[in-house]
Amino acid sequence: MAKMNMIQAINSAHDVMLEKDSSVVVFGEDVGYFGGVFNATEGLQEKHGIQRVFDTPIAEGGIIALAIGMGVNDLRPVTEIQFSDYIYPAFDQIVSEASRLRYRSGGEYWAPITIRTPCGGGIRGGQTHSQSPEGIFTHVSGIKTIMASNPYDAKGLLISAIEDDDPVVFFEPKRLYNGPFYGDPKQPAQSWENHVKGEVPEGYYTIPIGKAETVRSGSDLTIVTYGTMVHVSLAAAEMSGYDVEVIDLRTLTPLDIDHIASSVCRTGRCIVVHEATKTGGFGAEILSQIQEECFWKLEAPIERVAGWDIPYPHAFEWEYFPGQGRVLDAIKIVMEG
Amino acid sequence: MAPNDGNKLNVPAPRNRPGETPEFDNLDIPNAGAVSRPDVMMDPKEMFGYANSLIRVLKMNNKAVGEWDPKLCADDMRKGLYDMMMTRIYDDRMQNMQRVGKMSFYMKSRGEEAVSVAQAMALDDKDMLFPSYRQQGLLISRGRDLLDMMNHCLSNSRDNCKGRQLPIMYSWREGNFFSISGNLGTQFCQAVGWAVASAYKGENALSATWIGEGTTATSDFHHGMTFAAVYNAPVILNVVNNQWAISSFQGIAGGEKSTFAARGVGYGMPGLRVDGNDFLAVYAVTKWAAERARNGGGPTMIEHYTYRADAHSTSDDPSKYRPEDEPKSWPLGDPIERLKQHLIEIGEWSEEKHSRAIEEITALVTRKYKEAESYGTLNSGERPEVSSMFEDVFKEQPEHLRRQRQKLGV
Repeated sequence: MAKMNMIQAINSAHDVMLEKDSSVVVFGEDVGYFGGVFNATEGLQEKHGIQRVFDTPIAEGGIIALAIGMGVNDLRPVTEIQFSDYIYPAFDQIVSEASRLRYRSGGEYWAPITIRTPCGGGIRGGQTHSQSPEGIFTHVSGIKTIMASNPYDAKGLLISAIEDDDPVVFFEPKRLYNGPFYGDPKQPAQSWENHVKGEVPEGYYTIPIGKAETVRSGSDLTIVTYGTMVHVSLAAAEMSGYDVEVIDLRTLTPLDIDHIASSVCRTGRCIVVHEATKTGGFGAEILSQIQEECFWKLEAPIERVAGWDIPYPHAFEWEYFPGQGRVLDAIKIVMEG
Repeated sequence: MAPNDGNKLNVPAPRNRPGETPEFDNLDIPNAGAVSRPDVMMDPKEMFGYANSLIRVLKMNNKAVGEWDPKLCADDMRKGLYDMMMTRIYDDRMQNMQRVGKMSFYMKSRGEEAVSVAQAMALDDKDMLFPSYRQQGLLISRGRDLLDMMNHCLSNSRDNCKGRQLPIMYSWREGNFFSISGNLGTQFCQAVGWAVASAYKGENALSATWIGEGTTATSDFHHGMTFAAVYNAPVILNVVNNQWAISSFQGIAGGEKSTFAARGVGYGMPGLRVDGNDFLAVYAVTKWAAERARNGGGPTMIEHYTYRADAHSTSDDPSKYRPEDEPKSWPLGDPIERLKQHLIEIGEWSEEKHSRAIEEITALVTRKYKEAESYGTLNSGERPEVSSMFEDVFKEQPEHLRRQRQKLGV
């Protein structure tokens, strides 16, 4: 096993798949010679050639349309949208085209494309480099939506996404690239070096799409979360004095509701945590499905912790970010009423 | 399928990469004064040549020549020079302050100062500006107080954007300067919308907008060009071809196949291509386009042929993707140096005056910065009220946001 941060793990997933499958091609803005603005594709052009790892014009709609066309002609494109805040010009191609191509053609055509995109705040990126737009994509039928929370999962899930014959939007919480983040910006930055999920095999392996993971077992309540908030929730769980179970969804759609329901039915209490804005967020869907599956086992109303319903404010990043304090408040409400 | 050796995927690559010697000898640069100045109402169909040439006024011997010479008085040229110098010194100071953690981010406009300063001077103050993130010279030329610009960049208690926006994403309604988005190209067709409204109201004001050559790849570019042409909007559509979009050279935006100015002709409007480091030429083409728009001639696209002499932003290191001495090798020189030498040539400026101006501006920038810092920086001192982050989402704060604010306890 090698030690990798999340960028190195993502880079390695590309490298493994470029090696394994000649139909894999990688492209996006600045991903070629430069290796991407977060270095996720560093060295890949040099190793695999300019025809397989290359720069694109600045046009996200063009990038995704190109990927769809290449995918229809037998290739397996892996694209990078530089920031998920920049994904909206590609919205039509993702929502109206990639997602429905298989369905509308009666299974004759499909879009085996991967759309990687850094998301989330905590890096002083302001409103145009901090958003968590996953809920906009989870709403669309025909797209698989992933958000990894650590290097090991990121690599295994990315390989699965690349091999998947359906379109996958793969969100990467950029605050986690260099280390886990527990929600307190005043604490020194952590690295993946000593984290169990920073141990990453150098070769090929996969983590199945659609499977959640229990990252902390407990009997008092269940926190359902994903991305950066996995680590914030774990930190809050430690501090709470309660025996908290934490589930990292990893894949948002298709949602692993069976995994969630078996936990919540056992603990009887639940909090759903995400960084994205609250109203219409994916948390609302999770909460609704839990209610369908576990209503008669619930001992308290389900709480939600989420970003406020405002654009990400540059100077108030830490007042916006749902940190440990807000998760702890929710734990208290759920446990003590 | 049968193989075809002639069918190869083409991925453009720049001529020189780090470690290599920059080469610009393949550029086709006509002499200053070589391009004629057409009538402002000329039919775009007859103007294809302008899109494939380069309008230049300042010769390398520092003289102004040709039909495009705007014959500016010395005071105006000195104002232009002073504002370009101010822009550069301001940029340097702010970048340094970013490096020591006073703000989160910065973007300099080094090498491109003529584009914004000359254009601001060539337009009327009532004309509306829809800039990208590298036209801070527009603000300086229009007289925005440096203190206000700094307060914004520091996200402090006097930031007119109330701490909500990344540094350099200025907004200045009073100065007819639109709020900068941060998402590329979105302002391009919005400027057309503003101009269409001006035509609807029968007013004399036009709008001007700026994007980089990289952004011509976005759909927003196509929208702007099409809508401007269809409605004959009084708008100046500027493409600042500074050769680099972060790490992608202009060939990745399609610059190897034709000039960017030539796209204008394809949409049915004049496409003027100008030496963007030539203050007088930039001023002259902007005047031409403005006069055309005010006479009902509609939109003009201008390609400013220039060079991004510094990093894209504080987040990238250009020595990773282009030769380190490429900026120095740019054959069209530096806009400040060229205008300075011209003024000296005609006896209206001197090295001593120039040095004194640098000292004056540096002192001003230092003084303004100290005052700005007294109103707080991103990480210390006064900030806007935290509760203000729940305001302006809507005109009236809805109940759910009031409750969220209470939950935060502010």
